[in-house]
This record gives sequence, C-alpha cells and structure tokens, in this order.
Amino acid sequence: MSESGKNRVIGGVGKPVPKKDAPALLTGKPVYVADIAPKDCLCVKLLHSPHAHAMIEEIDVSLAEKLPGVACVLTYKDVPDVRFTQAGQTYPEFSPYDRLILDRHLRCVGDPVAIVAAETEKQALAAMKLIKVKYQVLPAILDARQAMDNQILIHPEENWRALVPSCGADNHRNLVACGEDADGDVEAELAACDIVIDREYSTQANQQCMMETFRAFSRLDAYGRLEIVSSTQVPFHVRRIIATALDIPKSRVRVVKPRIGGGFGAKQTAVCEQYPAIVTVKTGRSAMLIYTREESMTLSSPRHAMSMHVRLGAMKDGTIRAIDLHTLSNTGAYGEHGPTTVGLSGHKSIPLYTHNLKAFRFSWHTVYTNTMSAGAYRGYGATQGLFAVESAVNELAHRLHMDPAALREKNIVREGEVMPAYYGETAASCAIDRCIAHAKEMIGWAEKYPARTLENGHVRAVGMALAMQGSGISQVDTGAVMIRLGDDGIYNMSIGATDMGTGCDTILAQMAAQSLECSVDNITVHGVDTDTSPYDCGSYASSTTYVTGMAVIKTCEEIRRKIIRVGAKLLRCREDEVLFEGDCVARADDGAFVTLAEIAEKHMMCGTEDISACVSSGSEISPPPFMCGCAEIDLDPLTGEIRLVDYVGVVDCGTVINPNLAMRQTEGGILQGIGMTLTERPVMDHLGRTVSNSFLQYKIPARVDAPSIRVAFEPSFEPTGPFGAKSIGEIVINTPAPAIADAVYNASGVRVYHLPITSEKVLLGETE
Amino acid sequence: MAKYRNYVIAQSLEEAYALNQKKSSVIVAGNMWLRMCGLNKQKAIDLSALGLDGIVEMEDAFVVGAMAPLRAMETHEGLNRAFGGAFKKAFAPIVGTQFRNMATVGASVYSRFGFSDVSALLLALNAEVILYKRGAVKLAEYQKEAWDRDIVVQIRIPKGQCAAVQSVRVSATDIPTLVCAASKSDAGMRIVLGARPARAVVVAEGLAPDAPQRVYEEIASQVTFGTNLRASDTYRKKIAPVLMARAVKACQEVAADER
Amino acid sequence: MNVEFTLNGRKIAAEIDADENLYAVLRRLGMYSVKCGCETTNCGLCTVHMNGKAVLSCAVPAARCAGSVITTLEGLQDEAKKLGECLAGEGAEQCGFCAPGMMMNVFALAKENPCATDEEIDAYLAGNLCRCSGYVSQRRAIRKYLAMKIEAAEGEVRA
Repeated sequence: MSESGKNRVIGGVGKPVPKKDAPALLTGKPVYVADIAPKDCLCVKLLHSPHAHAMIEEIDVSLAEKLPGVACVLTYKDVPDVRFTQAGQTYPEFSPYDRLILDRHLRCVGDPVAIVAAETEKQALAAMKLIKVKYQVLPAILDARQAMDNQILIHPEENWRALVPSCGADNHRNLVACGEDADGDVEAELAACDIVIDREYSTQANQQCMMETFRAFSRLDAYGRLEIVSSTQVPFHVRRIIATALDIPKSRVRVVKPRIGGGFGAKQTAVCEQYPAIVTVKTGRSAMLIYTREESMTLSSPRHAMSMHVRLGAMKDGTIRAIDLHTLSNTGAYGEHGPTTVGLSGHKSIPLYTHNLKAFRFSWHTVYTNTMSAGAYRGYGATQGLFAVESAVNELAHRLHMDPAALREKNIVREGEVMPAYYGETAASCAIDRCIAHAKEMIGWAEKYPARTLENGHVRAVGMALAMQGSGISQVDTGAVMIRLGDDGIYNMSIGATDMGTGCDTILAQMAAQSLECSVDNITVHGVDTDTSPYDCGSYASSTTYVTGMAVIKTCEEIRRKIIRVGAKLLRCREDEVLFEGDCVARADDGAFVTLAEIAEKHMMCGTEDISACVSSGSEISPPPFMCGCAEIDLDPLTGEIRLVDYVGVVDCGTVINPNLAMRQTEGGILQGIGMTLTERPVMDHLGRTVSNSFLQYKIPARVDAPSIRVAFEPSFEPTGPFGAKSIGEIVINTPAPAIADAVYNASGVRVYHLPITSEKVLLGETE
Repeated sequence: MAKYRNYVIAQSLEEAYALNQKKSSVIVAGNMWLRMCGLNKQKAIDLSALGLDGIVEMEDAFVVGAMAPLRAMETHEGLNRAFGGAFKKAFAPIVGTQFRNMATVGASVYSRFGFSDVSALLLALNAEVILYKRGAVKLAEYQKEAWDRDIVVQIRIPKGQCAAVQSVRVSATDIPTLVCAASKSDAGMRIVLGARPARAVVVAEGLAPDAPQRVYEEIASQVTFGTNLRASDTYRKKIAPVLMARAVKACQEVAADER
Repeated sequence: MNVEFTLNGRKIAAEIDADENLYAVLRRLGMYSVKCGCETTNCGLCTVHMNGKAVLSCAVPAARCAGSVITTLEGLQDEAKKLGECLAGEGAEQCGFCAPGMMMNVFALAKENPCATDEEIDAYLAGNLCRCSGYVSQRRAIRKYLAMKIEAAEGEVRA
C-alpha cells in the first residue's frame, strides 16, 4: 500500500497491522503456485477408479503412451513398493503407512489408477481415455458402522505398517485406532444421577473448500535435486512424505511454499504432491498437477465423519456429574489423521464441564471404509465432539427447565482448575465465564431466549454453544525462527510456519517488532523453503501464534543479547553498562550510543561477530482457547426454512496479537461452521460415488447467506504464550452447529441429531 | 469441458439453422451449462453476432431476443413495470450478476432444465417461443417436447398480467429445491411448479384468486414430485401448496399495487 | 484459429483453440490475476470485464471475443490499489485468492450503482465466493471504497 498505509509505530502487538502480502494479493500479482510454474511444465492428470473397491486385473497403457505429446503414463507397476502416509504429522506419524503412490488394490471411488503426463492438458486428457483397465470389482464397505471386523478387508497387505502401535491400529480388523481414557467410575456416577441424556449424534465429511484447489509443481534444480513448489501447510512434512513415497533420500528433496489460497487443514495432507514428483523423477521434466474442483471434492482430505454416543449425567440442580462419550470415526480408504482427530472429539469437549464433573469416560474407534480418505479440517475432531456434547448439554437444560446459559455457568471449567479429561492440564488462562456473559449481552439473550413468533408467522429463536481447542500439539509441535541483522539495521526473519492467508507472517513480525522495539516494517519475513527456512512442523493444530510465536520471542532475546554485546564493544564498556533501545545501543551513564545500522555495518566487515539467532520452541502443554457462540435464527414453520439472522462469537484467545486478523479468523470460521450446519451436504450414492462433487452441488455460504456475524474478545493472559496469547484458528468453527441446532429446537420443537440441519428434517420432524 | 473442432460465428439465422441440422453441431448461447456437458462436437455455432439480444415492447407483448442475458431482463424497466417486478425478483437468486450477464433466456427456454427459474416464470406468463422454422409455439407445449434442431429466436410475453415467484432453496444462490410461479390475468390465476425436480409444468389455470388452501393441496396431490440431492418428493409435496398460496397472494398484492 | 481483441487497452492477436475459454487464453497471455476456483460458474474467481460488463471468463468462448474489449485487474492497477487499501485495512483479503475476481465485480458495481446499500453490495457480489473472511469485513471495506469514490466524484464536480 502507499506510504500512509504503512505502520511506522514502534512495536506491533495488539495493533491491526495490515498483512505484509496484502499489496501483492490485492493487485493480482503472480504469487501463487500456478502463477510461478515454469512455462514448460508437463501437465499431470490422474485416472481415477470408478469403483469403491476393486483390483486392477489388467491395465494397458500402450495406446496412451503413443499419443503425441505424452511424456509418460505410470501405473502401479512403476512406483516403489513402499507404503507411506500423506498425513502431515511429526514423525513417527500416528497415521498408518497404508498407501502406495499407485496401487493395484483400489479402495475408494477416485483412487488413482494411473498418472498421465503430457505437454498439454488436452493431450493428457486424450491419453487418459486410451488407457484400458480391467477391474475385478470387490464388495465394498460404505457404512462405518459395519467396518470393524468385517470379512471384507480394506488393507490386507503385508507391508501395511502402524508406526505408533499404542493407537490400537489393526488392519485385519479395518481398525486405524481404538482406545479409552477415563477418570473415576463413570457407570456408578451415571447411576447416581437424577437425569441422564443418552443420545447418538453424527457429523458429515465436510469439505474445506479453500478457493485454491490442491496443486503442486516439481522440477529438478541445478544440483539434480527434486524441488517441489506446493500449496501446502506442511512443507517440512511434505519433504519427508515425498522422500518416503519415492524411496529416495530426504536430502534429494526440497519443498517451497509460495502464497497459498487457503488451507483450513486440507493442505495438512500431501494430497497431490507425489504425482508430479514421480513424473519429474521418471522424466526429468518439470511437471504440474492442478486438482480440478471436482477432484478436490471427491479425492481429497475432508472432515472425518463421526458418530458419537453421549451419556450426560446431571443432578436436578443442574450439576453435571458424569460424561460418557464413545466416538466412531470414519477415516475412509486410508488412515490420514484417523488416530488423532478422533481424540479431540472427547478431549476437547468433555473438559469444558470439569467444574462439577466426578467421572468421565471417552472411548473411540476409527475405522477404514471404502470411501474417500478423510484428513484434517479446522477443528480436527473437536468440532464433531462439541456438536454432540454441546447438543446434549442444551437438551439437558430443556429437560431441567433451566436456561442453557445458566446451566453452563454452573458447570464450566474455572481458571486454575485441573482438567482430568484434558491430559490433566490446568486451565491457567480461562475467561469462558466472561465469554458467556458478553455473548449473552451482545445477542440479547435475556429478551430473546428461547423464541418469539413474528407477525408473518416466522419464528425467531436463539441457541448457544461453547467451545475449546488447543494451542499446538503438546510435547510434539516445534517451531524455529531465525533472525539476522542486516544493512541499515533491518531484520530478516525466516520462518518455517506457513502463512495460508491467515496472516502469520505479519503476526510473527508484529511479535518480533514488539520484542526488538522497532516498527513492523523493519522486519522482513521469508517463508517457506525447506532448504533455507528453520524447521517448523507447519501451520496446523492452532500452533503458529502460540508455538512459533514463542520461538520469535526466544530468538529476539538472543539477538538482542548479541546486539548488546557488539554495541558494548563499540562503546568500549561492559554489556551490563548498556541498554538496547530499539534503533540503538546506548550507554546507561552518559547516553553515548551506537545505532543499529552502525552495528550492522561492523558485523558485515572483516568477519567480526555474526549477529543472527535461531531458536526453536515447543510446549509441554497446549493451553485451550475458549469461546461462546450464540445463533439467532428465523424459521419459516410452513417450509422449515432456516435463515441465520445474527451470530455472535466471543473468544478468549489470550492476548489478541492482531485484532483485525483475529476477527477475520473468527468471522470466517463461524461462517464455515454455519455452512457445515445448514447448506453443505456431502452426499454419496449407493456405489460410493461422491455426488456433491462441485460448488453447484455442495453449497458453501455466499455473502447473501452470511448473516450479521459479530465478534468480540474476552482476553485472558496465558502465562506460557507469547505476550499472553493462545490460539484462534480452529476454535472458531466449533460453536455454530450445536448453537443453531438448539435455536432450531427452540423455534420448531424439532431436535436434529444428525448434521446437516435441513428444512426438510425440520418440517418433517426427522430427527433420527 | 465441451470439445469442438470448429467455432463458427453465424452471420445469419439461415446459416446457423443450416449448420445446426447436423448432429455433430451444437448452438452456443450463454455457454454456462453447455461448457459442463462434456460434449464432443464438430461444430459450435455462435449466435452472438445476430443481434438477438434486444428486448422490445409491443402493444400487446414484450418480445425478447433469445440471446438477451437474464440480467438485461432483470434490470429492464419496461418488463418489470409490466409484470409487477417479477423478473427482478425471480432472476435475482440465480448464482450472481456475472452469471446473469452471460446466461441467455433462449438457452434457458431451449434447454428445458427442470430447475429453471426462468422457465417457471415464463410458463406462468403463458409465453410463446418463436422458433426459426416452426414459428410461434406456446411455451407450455414446447416445454413438453424433446430437444430438436430448430433455433429459438425470440420469446413473446403477452402483456395484461402480473406475476410472482416463490421458491425454497438450500442456499440463497442455489438452484431451487422447488419453485412456484403464479400469474394473474383476466383469465384468472395460472400456477406453475418447477424444480419438482422434473421440468416445470402448469398445474392450474383459470383458478380463482381466493381459492382456499385445500385447493392448493388438491392440486399438489395431482402433481408428480421426485427426489434428488436437495429434497425428497415428500418434502416437495408438502411445501408445494404453501408456495402456491404464497405466490398467488404475492401476485394479488402486486395486482393491487398496480391498481 | 486466430482472434484479435483489446486487452487492458492494447490490441492483441492470440492463437486459440476452437473450444478454448477466455480464462485459459488470459492465463496464457500472462494475466495471472485471473484465477479459477470451480468449473461450474459458481465461484466468481475468473471475473473479468468484457465490453464493460463483468463476466466469468471460464465460460466465455474465446472465439467470441473477436473485436471485444477485455479488462483484467492488471489493467486497473490504480483502482486496485484504492480498493486494495480498503480491504487490507480490514484484513479482509485473507488468502487473497478470490480477491481479483471479487474486485473486478466491485468495479462493475461502482459503475452501475455507486450508492449501493449493504444489501445491494451483497446481492451484486453474490456470485463471488470467499471461504476465508466470512464476508462482513469485505462488506465494510467495499462500502468505504464506494464512499471514497463518491467523495472523489463530488470533489471533481466542485472543482
């Protein structure tokens, strides 16, 4: 933007600093994967399985190979027999190694049968039509409830491998994970309760629908190494995944992330990178694969569909004594994120009600089916679990004739309490009580709850839900930050965290500016290139602000020490006799100073001291942000149509680093949650084909569907977070489903237990 | 993606018609749906140079060129004045302004899409389709026919009536789950149901404007509804009488306003 | 086949296939602001102006463009900066992938209805999907941009 738009203020935390990449993005500069691909890239296309479960009996590519312009046609005969997972997780991954780049055994509709690479898209598509395949069609499992111990085995292969045996995976039972976590005697407590809500809930395999579909290009660099430029949230994981899949040393792979057009977790899975990569390895040519929207809707990494059985026990006075939750999660044909997402369904729902809770049990199964492989989607299992638990709490309130807000106020976790259902962590920062109070005030809960009928016969009603999430994966996630002092006293900051539109490049620069007492413009940010960026596990699990943010602070502390050391030397005094003052180092006694620019000049001459720092950070704990969401709906009782009138979200994400960007995260997440609840309907036919395969059939909210979304913050201070911050990215999607479901009940008397909530279900009273 | 070997910008209707007699040819109008059909044709025949995009007000009718974009009808003052703003209201939910700048009325009429908001309204207004060879055909008849190789040139919408449309949609810009259009003229109310999800049909003609709800329920019980991604036949059957009553009421209100 | 048209003020000739769409041709000509987000004319990412009207370039047959005037965001950089500042001021661009198409449609709106209300803004841009922002901040930014335009126009009149 222009000079006037620049932020000249010293420091940056708490300020609505515009994103550093905004000028480029908003003038349409070529900064995304497809914009910067080499002109001579081969076009890569995939031939997809038409069957949900089949073996390739014969495949003949001879005609396709002969077509002009075709560079290669690859089948299962051409790929390494090394299984891997596409899940972008820290090694050793919880997700089983159950894939080949191409396999004879096809496990879902869309599973790749062949890879075609040609000079042009037209040629590639024409070649694809000439591939002759004979399939042996096998019986398929499409229903997760029938998967476990079914005679049909989805992964019978000998070289299937679970790297973390404690997840309870067993390919001979179609099982990717199973387990239990408990505290106290849940059966005894439930038996002693005055009232038990006992319900089944389910959520769907929703699509992230980032505007930029999956895509990557690959090429050989000057050293003959494989360079992959990908729209990914996890560049370092992609390096490992591709090296494993191609069975080549990791030193041969380099991954670069340019600007990316949204992720929401979808790109925490290496959905497409291996296909162009193997083409480049086989042909030596640059190759690019851009998923069509249809491919992105049918062979990608949607939310794990889950069925949840909740038993919620309470006393007549409203104290919640026991929660028993069992989750059955459908991971689809492959196990990406299957063992981990399911865990959040309980671990990030039950702890909300710690205060009076005497016992809990959370048990789970994650199963293979012959459906599209699921992956990571914002909320990562918490969204599913919170729909179940929060809906049960709302139903409990109605059964007790209590205000659901009052019921919550009575039972919510308090700051300082230990949460047994959250790995025994303490809620060191928690403003959930203030979130509820503020949200009630904003929506007008006292006047509007539960419902009122308008003159036109429509019913206006409100509903509420709470949410929590984590801030990074405790004891796992790692982020490192490197800062160098450069000419004129600028700082070059390299990060491995991946800005996917969220603005983390800017947010981390704000933190650095705050720590180094300079303007945000004085911090340049570079990310991500696995050859040059410091290691970061990537941007997922709500980790960047909290985990990488702490790395920024630690790195800044170290570079300050170095600057002070050099400054003191130049000022001919001891280090404890000078002060770091942002643009200079000054003597405490007489004020004599040396500027940052002068210090930079000195260290760039004749090899004195290098002024750079690189510090890594991780966390033993994952402090939860908290949120209260309230929906106001308008229901047409004669058609069952539901329209969102207003949505209020109040979030405790600790200190708000950039109010603008935190607000956008919240507004965007709420709208995705609204879409998931009402209009986004993943549909599969009886043969396992995804019918909701486009934006025509899968309706994400347009701006005419977007109600007023109003957001406020109730900051707490997280002692382990950078400047007191916790996470914001994921929690924001969690409240709409249960809040809207209760508003619909308040308006119509129909309680929908299975998402989505459609006008048909409401009008026909279909709750099961 | 549609595939064509040749793209011909027709210089006359006769040329377009002659070229279109081959099965290997296809007419390109707005290209909104055609591009998704996966066609593989020798020849695409473009009608954009034939000046078929006008909207002309005659004494007793509006004549709309087949290539007139939906947005032109939606924003046409005369059309909306004559029919109580029905075009503006009926077309507004169709995807977005860019889409409606491109999608043409002729293609909507020719394609006879089940979900068409356009056909439902034009049927209620008892429009006529002017075909290049066959001449004028009532839309109500044309709507029942199979696709042929004649070319839609114009749509004629008789004046002296007003109309209103009601619909239910999964989201605001989705194709309708069910759409009902009603018109009021000297001959009484005429009601159309579209997106059943099969092609739109006229379900009532000459109906009294003050019919009791029972009448709409009886009408709906005679109509065939189907099930698709958006809703079941049961749901459609249940909301059809509601939409009919509302469309008739809205039509009455428009008529009253005009008086 | 060959087609000649005006692109961002310059007359150009392009070699095209009979079944190509304008989107593909524009990308080939280096107009990288033009994006594709769906294949079903639902998302609005590929919006450009054709003879002054906002159209979805993915559905415009390239052969139909002969003699027409095509404008992309590359040709409206000054306006892009103005609207861009409003959007960036709100953080409303987020990933930015939908921004060029949305901005092109805002320019069409500004021409057609510079005094648009919030409801009119939403209705006009209904065909421009965004998955990041939740739209409310974009609405505010667009309102600000339109107000700025009107103020500038009034300033000119006074001058």
